[in-house]
Amino acid sequence: MSNVTSFPLACPLPLTTCDRVLLAHGSGGKLSAELTAQIFLPAFHNAALARLDDQAIVNLNGCRVAFTTDSFVVKPLFFPGGDIGSLAVHGTVNDLAMGGAQPLYLSAGFIIEEGLPIDTLRRVVSSLRDAAAAANVQVVTGDTKVVEKGSADGLFINTSGIGIVPDGIELSADKAQAGDVVLLSGAIGEHGICIMAQREGLEFETTLTSDSAALHTLVAAMLTVPGRIRCMRDPTRGGLSSTLNEIAARSQVGIELEEATIPIRAEVQGACEMLGLDPLYVANEGKLVAIVEPGIAEPMLRAMRAHPLGQYAQIIGTVTHKHPGLVIMRSTLGTTRIVDMLTGDQLPRIC
Amino acid sequence: MKYIDEYRDRDIAQKLVARIASRTRHPWVLMEICGGQTHTIMRYGLDELLPRGIELVHGPGCPVCVTPLEMIDKAVALASRPDVTLVSYGDMLRVPGSQSDLLRVKARGGDIRVVYSPMEAVRIAKANPQRQIVFFAIGFETTAPANAMAVWEAKRLGLSNFSALVSHVIVPPAIRLLLAQPGVRVQGFIAPGHVCTVMGCSEYEELVSEFHVPIVIGGFEPVDLLEAVLMLVEQLENGSAELQNQYVRSVSRSGNVPAQAIMQAVFEVCDRKWRGIGCIAQSGYRLRPEFAAFDAEQLFGLEEGGVEEPAECISALVLQGRKKPPDCAAFGVRCTAENPLGAPMVSAEGACAAYYQYRRHAIVH
Repeated sequence: MSNVTSFPLACPLPLTTCDRVLLAHGSGGKLSAELTAQIFLPAFHNAALARLDDQAIVNLNGCRVAFTTDSFVVKPLFFPGGDIGSLAVHGTVNDLAMGGAQPLYLSAGFIIEEGLPIDTLRRVVSSLRDAAAAANVQVVTGDTKVVEKGSADGLFINTSGIGIVPDGIELSADKAQAGDVVLLSGAIGEHGICIMAQREGLEFETTLTSDSAALHTLVAAMLTVPGRIRCMRDPTRGGLSSTLNEIAARSQVGIELEEATIPIRAEVQGACEMLGLDPLYVANEGKLVAIVEPGIAEPMLRAMRAHPLGQYAQIIGTVTHKHPGLVIMRSTLGTTRIVDMLTGDQLPRIC
Repeated sequence: MKYIDEYRDRDIAQKLVARIASRTRHPWVLMEICGGQTHTIMRYGLDELLPRGIELVHGPGCPVCVTPLEMIDKAVALASRPDVTLVSYGDMLRVPGSQSDLLRVKARGGDIRVVYSPMEAVRIAKANPQRQIVFFAIGFETTAPANAMAVWEAKRLGLSNFSALVSHVIVPPAIRLLLAQPGVRVQGFIAPGHVCTVMGCSEYEELVSEFHVPIVIGGFEPVDLLEAVLMLVEQLENGSAELQNQYVRSVSRSGNVPAQAIMQAVFEVCDRKWRGIGCIAQSGYRLRPEFAAFDAEQLFGLEEGGVEEPAECISALVLQGRKKPPDCAAFGVRCTAENPLGAPMVSAEGACAAYYQYRRHAIVH
């Protein structure tokens, strides 16, 4: 017979403050947002930054210039479907494209760990060159730093980019309105699961490749559809859920998703089931979410599906005035639940 | 996806819900034991689909939640040592101890590795003979066999730099404790399917006959849980109390005999403190004396610290199914997933975390 020797209303002390940066501060979820809000925004406060979109849009002599920067620390450097070089082009091109900009010029900064094989660097640079050429952008300036062994993980790359935003295009995460429709350009979670499958100690066999791709031609095709696109985002770190939560919060609207409409490949679903992860939080590098005014959802869907990078596009939900700031999903069983922003990193569950 | 889609199928679920509704004539309070089952119930809103009279309360089966604070502090102390690599399942990293958690120790330079398999910890020990590798061996009977296997393998390989910080808990003594409480509300249990996959059915048959309470061994998908509820309701309405196995695709009568054998070879039953509940007699595993050389607590001379836990949260009552997370005044206000006050808010499988993650829009204080 069991015996209770103590019966406290136990509760641990909360850990409310961090005096160190945690890995989770870089995961694209709530902690990343906190870091931005508490450290960076107060320091650099200005109107272009305050939009908190994937790119800043600044007016230079009457020309609207989109400007963005992104750093790439992917491990391993080479993965099925791409490498750190092509990813560094796609990521920055996509951040420009999500503002409706035509990407034009990139910078590339290389932080190299002492001891990196020259051949590895050559392969990465050649891939970066090919990706830039394919995306029709030029790398026009750059920088190289070498750090001591142990100070970087092989190779980090930073790319910045500029592009021109055509007149009449105003895309921003604060423009979603009740009644708008949410579109997704294809299946989610492929990049994140592909990278995870390569990690030490976790190797599993999969035919999955990263979805890493430059989306600006898909965006260009979408911008030809008459009517208003409110906002576009590429759901990278933090996945689809974090992107939609950002939009809901910035626009102070609710978003309602239909679970059955969100495309997920069986390989991604299977890996997520096995690893205890939710594909809604897994990174993508070649997908976009668009919020469009209600009347143009169908023609927009057709335009997306006509493009190779949008052939599996779906309407996945709607924007509502109810529950502002929250993303709600209707499950396959007809019930609803919150789709929250990622808190910390997605950690594998014990069972 | 095969073996998944059919267990999340809307039509099958609706048919089960209709059958439950047609069989329910009285109100019943049912408890699912396992945190994974709680997670599915909240994620799919299964409680919303059930007739009003059926109340689901959530049990203590979240291994992360019930691992005692002292044990987290020991893991934090070990991981802070420069000569130690602490190897852990992922969701232990976020659980707060009295001063810190493992994620913060990692940020300060602690060498902490996340693995899916404890055998990976053995591999790390083999590859790093100059470092002490400590595996944080927690969980129910589900993780115990693999954790036992890792210790067994380390001994076979003659590794002198591998040890385990063991804090295993066992399900049946916790159910027995709940049923022995005065004024127990729970009238039927959904037993944890994966624990039973390892342990088989006999321990639960004993509980059924001891307390005359129906128990259905249930799986983890929505259709599994609805079917388990139906089986319980049918028993309760008929006035019967039996052990039934809903999770037949995984659970056999005798369980996984080789897994039980390795557990028995490496572990022995001991008293164990459960976070939020207290010490339950004969409710845990520890290493047998012949594996003392692999016991991190002995190896590193870790002392029993009497850690005081301040009280606003009602985790003790939540973990016993006597209260639900929204009954707590701190829920969603002073206690959130970002800043958890209590253990059930920490792990993805904790009842409070499941409500917070999926349902807080419907809860207003």
